Amino acid sequence: MRISIDLERCEGHGRCYSLAPALVEPDDIGNGCVVGDGNVPPDQMDNARQAEANCPERAVILEEQD
Amino acid sequence: MSEHPPVRDWTTDFDHTDEAWAADPFPIWDELRRTCPVAHSDRYGGTWLPTRHEDVAAIAYDTENFTSRSVVVTNYRPPNIAPRGIAPPISSDPPFHAGARRILLPLMSPQVIAKWEPSTREYCESLVDDLRGRDVIDAAQEYAQHIPVRVIARLLGFPEDDADLFRGFVHHVLEQVTLPLEQRFLGMQDLFEYLRAQVQDHIQNPRDDLTTAMLNAEMDGEPVGMEHVGGTVALLLLAGIDTTWSAIGASIWHLAGNPGDRERLLAEPELLPTAIEEFLRAYAPVTMARLVKHDMDWNGCPMKADDWILLSFPSANRDPAFFENADEVILDRQDNRHAAFGLGIHRCAGSHLARMELRVALEVFLDAFPVFHLEDPSAVRWSGGQVRGPRALPLRIG
Repeated sequence: MRISIDLERCEGHGRCYSLAPALVEPDDIGNGCVVGDGNVPPDQMDNARQAEANCPERAVILEEQD
Repeated sequence: MSEHPPVRDWTTDFDHTDEAWAADPFPIWDELRRTCPVAHSDRYGGTWLPTRHEDVAAIAYDTENFTSRSVVVTNYRPPNIAPRGIAPPISSDPPFHAGARRILLPLMSPQVIAKWEPSTREYCESLVDDLRGRDVIDAAQEYAQHIPVRVIARLLGFPEDDADLFRGFVHHVLEQVTLPLEQRFLGMQDLFEYLRAQVQDHIQNPRDDLTTAMLNAEMDGEPVGMEHVGGTVALLLLAGIDTTWSAIGASIWHLAGNPGDRERLLAEPELLPTAIEEFLRAYAPVTMARLVKHDMDWNGCPMKADDWILLSFPSANRDPAFFENADEVILDRQDNRHAAFGLGIHRCAGSHLARMELRVALEVFLDAFPVFHLEDPSAVRWSGGQVRGPRALPLRIG
């Protein structure tokens, strides 16, 4: 699974980096910024899903990979 | 226009300053969502009230048809100080808004706010220390309200002894919205004179605080100007106080009335961040406002230029079409896209600060007073208007 942030939609609520701090970090204005390449390790799957399910702007994107 | 008789019909004559709304707005919103999801009232010169999440979100995202020129519903329309408005960036529309917000956000980022946590905790602890040993306290008056006042004063670099003054300004601007224009104007003048003196003091004695940072801020290579600095500082002072006071108070009120939830948080303290989001959803304190830009048909509603929109994020947060079991407070709610801090470009700039204050305030309170109950449920009093929270909250802690 891959996580990414739609920067057109992100408004800096910060739910993603609170719920999945290993995957997303805040930039200088509080918007979400993916750490590394966005690949979600197995032990971070739940956090990634939480980050997606709590974004008020629907700016957190999860994509299944083959 | 200045008379506000009690509301008899919420679908055609609603008024957010009505006592029934302040005491318990949830049945009103539930009924409107079912029967009249975008209600209209002639009060305040024409006001619309969307109550469904879908409609609230659509208006929050639509800066073409709705302006943020004023976000407090009153009987008069403010002058159009384009592009910044009276208190940038909350009063600014695109494209000016983005630049004004870009200045403010780094000053309120999670990383910056984290530095304020130890002193906030220390202050909360000093407040509970003063309350220990009592049988009954007022958690709204003697605890919740003091926290944001102190924190905002420190952030702005204003005298901490001016707390009563700040509360007076906030009360005037946000709650006394039905006063005649002349009295509204005089109160605003007092606020801006106070701010002028504070900003002047920062010009002469620059220091490491938000007011000095605003004075040093530039847009397009130019200083932002005194009106912009004064407006943003006014925004932080007004928007940062009774909003957070309300959120802290409403959370404590919920726990006082629901001992099972209080006991669960004591047993599972790691649940607090999730529970806080649920308190924010269920008891969102802030209703925003917009003005309609031009006459139009909006989803069948005949909107006129300068009609108000009461943008009810609190009602959106209770919409059963958007949230499962929307009327229940579920401490461990997993999916919670609540809109307590707004949606779109005007997302509350102080949300990271508010969340920090709310978490620290609840941690310190629960630690000091693990057992508390409502002393007299009928004595709890809620503020009406666009910021709703407990203003009297007697608790038995002994």
